[in-house]
Amino acid sequence: MEVVITTFPWEVVLILAPLFGALSCFLWPKSARYLALSTVFVSVLSVVALAIRLITTGSYRHAIGGWRAPLGIELLADGLSLLMLGVTAVVGLAITVYSTGYFPNRQLLRFWPLWLLLLAALNALFLSGDLFNLYVALELTGLAAVALTALSGGRAALISAMRYLFATLLGSMSYLLGVVLIYHSFGSLDIMILAQRVVQSPVVWSAMGLMSAGLALKTALFPLHFWLPPAHASAPAPVSAALSALVVKASFYVLLRLWLEVFPPGQTAMLGELFGALGVAAIFWGGLQALRAGQLKLLIAYSTVMQVGYFFLAFPLAMAAAWCGVLYLLLSHALAKAAMFLAAGNIIYFSGHDRIVDFDRIANQLPMTLAAFALAGVSIMGLPPSGGFVAKWLMVEASLKSGQWWWAFALIIGSLAAAAYVFKVVGHAFTQTTVRGQTNAVPALMEWTALALALTSILLGLVASWPLAWLEIGGMFSCESAR
Amino acid sequence: MTTELLYALVGVGLFSLGLYALFVRANLLRKILAVNVMSSGVFLVLVALARRTGAVAPDPVPHAMVITGIVVAVSATAFALMLMLRIVQETGRAELPDTWSE
Amino acid sequence: MSASATLPLLILGSSLLPGLVIFFLPESKVRIRTALNLSGALLKLVFVGVMAWGVFNGTTYETRLPLIPDLEFVLHADALSLLFVTLSSVLWLVTTVYAIGYLEESPHRSRFFGFFSLCVTATVGVAMAGNLLTFLLFYELLTLVTYPLIVHRGTEVARLAGLTYLRYTIAGGALLMIGTVWLYTLCGTLEFTYGGFVREFASASTNRETLVVIFVLLTAGLGVKAALVPLHGWLPQAMVAPAPVSALLHAVAVVKAGAFGIVRVIYDVFGIEFAANLGVTLPLAILAAVTIVYASVRALFQDDLKRRLAFSTVSQISYITLGVATVGPIAAIGGIVHLVHQGLMKITLFFCAGNLAETLGIHKISEMDGVAHRMPWTMVAFTLGALGMVGVPPLAGFVSKWYLGIGAMAAGQEWIVAILVGSSVLNAAYFLPIIYTAWFKESKGTWPAEQPRGRAETRWTLLLPPLVTALLALGVGLLASAPFSPLDWAQLIAGREYGR
Repeated sequence: MEVVITTFPWEVVLILAPLFGALSCFLWPKSARYLALSTVFVSVLSVVALAIRLITTGSYRHAIGGWRAPLGIELLADGLSLLMLGVTAVVGLAITVYSTGYFPNRQLLRFWPLWLLLLAALNALFLSGDLFNLYVALELTGLAAVALTALSGGRAALISAMRYLFATLLGSMSYLLGVVLIYHSFGSLDIMILAQRVVQSPVVWSAMGLMSAGLALKTALFPLHFWLPPAHASAPAPVSAALSALVVKASFYVLLRLWLEVFPPGQTAMLGELFGALGVAAIFWGGLQALRAGQLKLLIAYSTVMQVGYFFLAFPLAMAAAWCGVLYLLLSHALAKAAMFLAAGNIIYFSGHDRIVDFDRIANQLPMTLAAFALAGVSIMGLPPSGGFVAKWLMVEASLKSGQWWWAFALIIGSLAAAAYVFKVVGHAFTQTTVRGQTNAVPALMEWTALALALTSILLGLVASWPLAWLEIGGMFSCESAR
Repeated sequence: MTTELLYALVGVGLFSLGLYALFVRANLLRKILAVNVMSSGVFLVLVALARRTGAVAPDPVPHAMVITGIVVAVSATAFALMLMLRIVQETGRAELPDTWSE
Repeated sequence: MSASATLPLLILGSSLLPGLVIFFLPESKVRIRTALNLSGALLKLVFVGVMAWGVFNGTTYETRLPLIPDLEFVLHADALSLLFVTLSSVLWLVTTVYAIGYLEESPHRSRFFGFFSLCVTATVGVAMAGNLLTFLLFYELLTLVTYPLIVHRGTEVARLAGLTYLRYTIAGGALLMIGTVWLYTLCGTLEFTYGGFVREFASASTNRETLVVIFVLLTAGLGVKAALVPLHGWLPQAMVAPAPVSALLHAVAVVKAGAFGIVRVIYDVFGIEFAANLGVTLPLAILAAVTIVYASVRALFQDDLKRRLAFSTVSQISYITLGVATVGPIAAIGGIVHLVHQGLMKITLFFCAGNLAETLGIHKISEMDGVAHRMPWTMVAFTLGALGMVGVPPLAGFVSKWYLGIGAMAAGQEWIVAILVGSSVLNAAYFLPIIYTAWFKESKGTWPAEQPRGRAETRWTLLLPPLVTALLALGVGLLASAPFSPLDWAQLIAGREYGR
């Protein structure tokens, strides 16, 4: 058994299973829900097996079809990819289970194949070992995400999907141009090889700029965030959860990999400062807009804009504690934001709207949903005990240790803003309103998945040492040293 | 200047023209065309850079990249056109309302 | 895990687990909920008793779990934590009985008792925290789980009071967090150590100003919950919560957590000598003195009974801060023992206020004419509590003030004696009229909202708790010189800190 787990190419399963699942959902739409569920279960099991393999034998590369680079495609599995795959599997499972309740029997059957395609693309992205594979995976993710956004077919959804499409295409093309320049200068697309070959030069400068701009656009960093709030707010709740929790992380992951392995350290300082400044702007702008939002999903979308700002604060800090902090932030934010959107979905299902001031004693009617939202909010606010708190601690520590205390200041202000808008929602959930409307009973499954995800983000705060230890597989960086 | 450099510069020029049109033009069809022009520019740069000086045959890897890129661009264009048709159906106009604001 | 490492976790679990289960109980299951509540409270008392016995015999209880790389989650039982844990556990049991009676027939009791249990868990966690990180964790948790209790009634007033509460406490928490992280980057450790760890671990390059700023950050963050002026604004607003909440949390647990934190920071983080050296103790003492006087003056002008008690709490908690900030063992004893004494007396007063509101609909002092004839036992308890607050011997309050006064003189800070005398006069000025009104004025005949009278003046679940706590307040005062009294304990704690 041990031998099977440690030698089987689980990463191939992780990409192929959702692909085949998507095809079968397309061919047999009537049983799409069950096919999707089984596919996602297979993914979760594969991630567990991959984790066991990585922990016992270390990171490794897999050549698809036995063809080595440069013409063949190699998949890379190390600690960072494992953690991203893990969170994708967990959030994916929750969203799939939730969607079986959210999309009643025959509605929106197109959701399932598109959703599984998105999962396949995400898995492929996190397992890619070379720049061009990342490009393909980025495009796939983008197209699947846009299609999911447009799914409900309403006017707002279609328009925001179109805008999203343009943004994602622009981002990918900018990235591709950068890849071209890098390939021309150093003759390889493979990340490991490039890590050794890349040296400072004007061409690398342009490539860095192009790729960073493209990826920042796809991650919705201020001021390139304009497409995100309408898209995430008008998509159906499970889709919004996937977009905010996973898709945004994918392009950031690519940027992180490039920054840590490909971009030459000497040239990154100025770009890092720029990212930091834009991150601070994102925190302020996103926080402000979230406070002003009257609708719950728009509030949560702006919260994503704000949290993306946090992510980019790691670049000017550029030390072990900062990378570990931002990674932990990626994980907890994914779980917490997905939980928030699922909770919002429950509220919309229940009362038909998501106007915050018109919430009618949601605390009494949907206690589990509100608990899910509040617990997820605890992680978003960075209050203990939660994954968000551990992340915030690590990043504040990095900021104070390196003497660049202004980033810590921005983080704290962001947490206060987050507290303000989270409790704005919670406070209104306790009070009643004069206008009563029709209500529908929410299936227990939907409430439980939201709560389970929120609890996971809290749990992440209690078991921090293990994920951070797994990060070290592959030797990218360590969270213990340099403290 | 060498042929490769000329092609590459044309490619970059196409990219910039496409970028400009994407921002400035309001009609959706023109925006989609602009994206296509941009991608053509990138592919042109790729093909140009595939020619290695002093070698017998050009580098196959950029060619593979271009082919993949074309496939992606075609699918993306098809999707974009369909989305545009749906928008025309819903709103009667092939434009995005208030382009840069929420 | 060994027995000595599991006991602190058991103490946490005895309120955490019943709380989590209660959340899922349907409203109608009154018996099960009551059984869970009471058994949890009793179990916690048993565990605390076992721990106290063990510590007395020299056993060390410590739980260590990994939390963040290089920083652990630490629960530790020393004399100071035992003092606070015992107080919290005893008062939780009493308040649970009271709350069961008070909320009879009220909606959403499962939600209420669920969060109530979580609050006690957080308080006990604060008490047993062995390093600043664990303290911060439970401190912030306390903020989060007390919020639903404040907005429990779901009115607009409650929502706004909750917002005010959050504004203060979350901002305070942010300050506390920055101070903690900064201190960690300078010292590399956050473990509570006798005599403080800053002097030993702070790198040589750290200058005094930085340490002073960190001290200010920590004290400000803690001072929000400890209701130091000008950070006290949330406390009077929070009185909109049901009486059991006001009683336990705002008179005892939340405000005590803040004051307890200040004691920890001064004794086990900086060390009293080092803190005095930095020059931060005198400003803190002055701030505490200002709070004492200001809040007492504000209390004079309140007609709403609970608001007057709220301002009294603001004032009285600062006695603890004052005692600790006065550099001298005797004043420290006075401050630390007041942790217990004030808790007992204040909770009695809040229980009685709740009784008056629940049985007769009385919220204002002007409505209390002659109420002692209708509710004699409640008013006896109230009188005992009030006289203790004023500092009448042999009640508990007198003991604390006596030690504070003697200690102030011994430390050369005679002005503190003036503050003590002045505030006692003010206490008398705002408590004695209430007693006079209740006992000696003619009642107006009808009460604002009277419940039908049973055999006793009110339900026994509402009557027994204040009597018990009032007797305890009397007892700890009378028997202050007995071994194992709170005073004895406080002497032990101060002795450890100053004996170095």
